[in-house]
Amino acid sequence: MSISNKEYDKMTKRASPNSPVLLDCFKAFLVGGAICCFAEGLSQAFKKTTMTQDQSKTLVLTILIAITALLTGLGVFDKIAKHAGAGTMVPITGFANSIVSPAMEFKSEGFVLGTCAQMFHIAGPVIVFGCGSAAVYGFIIYLIQILR
Amino acid sequence: MATRQGNATILLETKPEIISNAAVVGKKEGEGPLGKYFDEIFFDGTLGLDSWEKAESKFLKTAAEKSIAKANLRASQIQAIFSGDLLNQCTGSAFGIRGLGIPFAGLFSACSTMSLSLLLASMAIETGAFSYTAAATCSHFCSAEKQFRQPLEYGGQRTPTAQWTVTGAGAAILGKRQHESNPYIDAVRIGKIVDYDITDANNMGAAMAPAACDTICGFLKDTGTSPSDYDMILTGDLGSVGSELLCQLTEKEHGINIRSVHRDCGLMIFDLEKQDVHAGGSGCGCSASVLCSYILNSMRKNKFRKILFAATGALMSPVSSLQGESIPGISHAVRIIKD
Repeated sequence: MSISNKEYDKMTKRASPNSPVLLDCFKAFLVGGAICCFAEGLSQAFKKTTMTQDQSKTLVLTILIAITALLTGLGVFDKIAKHAGAGTMVPITGFANSIVSPAMEFKSEGFVLGTCAQMFHIAGPVIVFGCGSAAVYGFIIYLIQILR
Repeated sequence: MATRQGNATILLETKPEIISNAAVVGKKEGEGPLGKYFDEIFFDGTLGLDSWEKAESKFLKTAAEKSIAKANLRASQIQAIFSGDLLNQCTGSAFGIRGLGIPFAGLFSACSTMSLSLLLASMAIETGAFSYTAAATCSHFCSAEKQFRQPLEYGGQRTPTAQWTVTGAGAAILGKRQHESNPYIDAVRIGKIVDYDITDANNMGAAMAPAACDTICGFLKDTGTSPSDYDMILTGDLGSVGSELLCQLTEKEHGINIRSVHRDCGLMIFDLEKQDVHAGGSGCGCSASVLCSYILNSMRKNKFRKILFAATGALMSPVSSLQGESIPGISHAVRIIKD
């Protein structure tokens, strides 16, 4: 064929529609913002109780995870996320969904090698980088404290 | 005796006929523009079974059984079935066929499997050794998503160029030419692997269009025909992006304009706007269910007389994509005629 790979790449880019970035950003901002406002509302409400700040923070996260798990199980979360994009993916809701969805999907391969083994197949890298960076920063803080 | 024309086109002298055809699909496909043409629509994607994979096999088995029944035959009279799918080791087909007792040739040619299975089934009849053969393929949206993309309930966004794997299966029974009223296959072409270095697994149409161009234009040249000789040049699942690229490529590379007769099963099976399938349908079951319902049934009613069917496939795997390999495309062609 006479068309080079580069030329075909150009043809492909011209023929392929782009994602509506501005609209996607706007929807992500609205939904992501709403989730954060909801979490902040909970946090403020818990402040009025006898809970410590650490306890209330943990409870807010637990509630968001529980709601996400429930919505994922009911098959609703992906329909919201389809529009919200980063709005639902960046908060802890995205992380919870990335664990619950493969756990459900691989149920047919058994409890241990299906659900449990596959549960972290999307979230795995997040946990690796999270734990890895926590260890690195922890070590740096430890060093600073020694040097003081 | 079959003869080779040009480099890769085979002319079939005995013109094996398509005795019967059947297609079964899922709910979304049934709600699409071709809904009324399918033999059966299953509204429960699991068919009451406990995995998507089992359901996919059941789709294939149902399509095969229906086509055998429509041909007034028994499974024991089919001497070979050529069938494939997208699942690892072609389990969709193998598990669907295993109870039928039909000699089984498992095929893999990604989404172009329906044209490869028809091609081989017709060549088997051409040898004279077979009286009845079957060609079938299937795919299932949920099992394909699970194997190639993310879990169903994962909250991600699809790109505008992504396609929607069709849940469905199609099967056709072929035999020696006996009845004037049946469509027949008179020429086939095994496609070349064509790779234009596309690596975006969400733009399969672009990866497959060059292979479709090579096969279609090669077939037209070898047979000395032009697009105007056909009622339809039918590709499998190029979708909106791949279809546009195919039409541009055939013009630029071979000076052949196929726009007026080109149709794509991936654009026919869904309503792109209303059904939110982005660039169109895809999967083995896409071309299989469209061909084995609307297309062949319309040919039987003399609506179409001459069709060049060239299903298209992307020969990649989740591993090859992760390793950064480009996506090789393939397309096999079958010419179907109704006198």
